[in-house]
Amino acid sequence: MELVVFYTLAAVAVSGALLMVTRKNPLAGALALVVSMAALAALFAMLHAEFVFLLQVLLYAGAIMVLIIFTIMLLNLSPQELKERPVGKLKGLVIVAATIVGFLGFIRVLFELPEGVPFVSPTFGNIEEVGALMLTSYLFPFEVISVLLLVAIVGVVILAKKVI
Amino acid sequence: MVTIHHYMVLSAVLFFIGVFGVLFRRNLIVIFMSIELMLNAVNLSFVTFARYTQSMDGHVVAFFVMALAAAEAAIGLAILVMIFRNRSTVQADDLSLMRD
Repeated sequence: MELVVFYTLAAVAVSGALLMVTRKNPLAGALALVVSMAALAALFAMLHAEFVFLLQVLLYAGAIMVLIIFTIMLLNLSPQELKERPVGKLKGLVIVAATIVGFLGFIRVLFELPEGVPFVSPTFGNIEEVGALMLTSYLFPFEVISVLLLVAIVGVVILAKKVI
Repeated sequence: MVTIHHYMVLSAVLFFIGVFGVLFRRNLIVIFMSIELMLNAVNLSFVTFARYTQSMDGHVVAFFVMALAAAEAAIGLAILVMIFRNRSTVQADDLSLMRD
C-alpha cells in the first residue's frame, strides 16, 4: 500500500518536472513545477517530516512559485521572444555523456546504503522537536540565515530601483 | 516497504532533470525554475537521510536550504527583471557581453 502511494507521488513529481523542463511557455512550466512540488510535499509527509512538509507547501509551492509566476506575468513575453534556440549537437552529446557518468557514480553509492526501515518515534520531525533542535544546536546558522535574508531584501530593493 | 533506495533514486532523477533544464534551455526563467527543482531534489535526500538515520538534523538543513532558495528567488528574479528592462531579452545566449 505504502509502495503504491510512493510510486504515484513519484510519478507525479517526475512528470511535473519533465513538463517544466520541456514546455516552451514558462507559465505552463511554472504551473507544472507547482504540481511537482506539491507531490514532493506529500513525500516529505510520508517521511515523517511534518515541519518540512508545512514549509514546502507554504514557502515553496506558496511564496516562491507565486513570485516566479508574478515575474513571468510582469515580463509579458511575446511568442517570438519565447522561441527556443536548440543546443548544438556536440554540446548536447557531451552533456548527455557527462550526465550518464554522473548517474553511474550515483548508482555505485546506492549499493552501500543500508537496507530496512528503522523505527522512529511519533514525535519525530514535528514542529516542536525540529524547532527545539534549530534553536539549540543550530542557533548560530539560524541567526546567520536571518542576516542573509536581510541582505537579500536590501539587495532586491537596490536592484529594483530605477535610479539609485 | 519503501526503502532509502526508492527515495534516493527519485531524488537523483529529479536532480538530473533539473541539470538538463539548466544545460539545454536558453530561457532564463526556465533555467531559474530548474535550479529550484534541483534544490528541491537535494532537500528530498536530506529529509530521507534524516528519516533513515533517525536524527532530525536533516530537517533543519532542509529548512536552511529553503531560506536560501527564498533569498535566491528574490534576488534572481530582480536581476531577471533588470536584464529584461535594459536588454529586452530573457535568452541566456543574448547576454554574451562578458564572453566576447
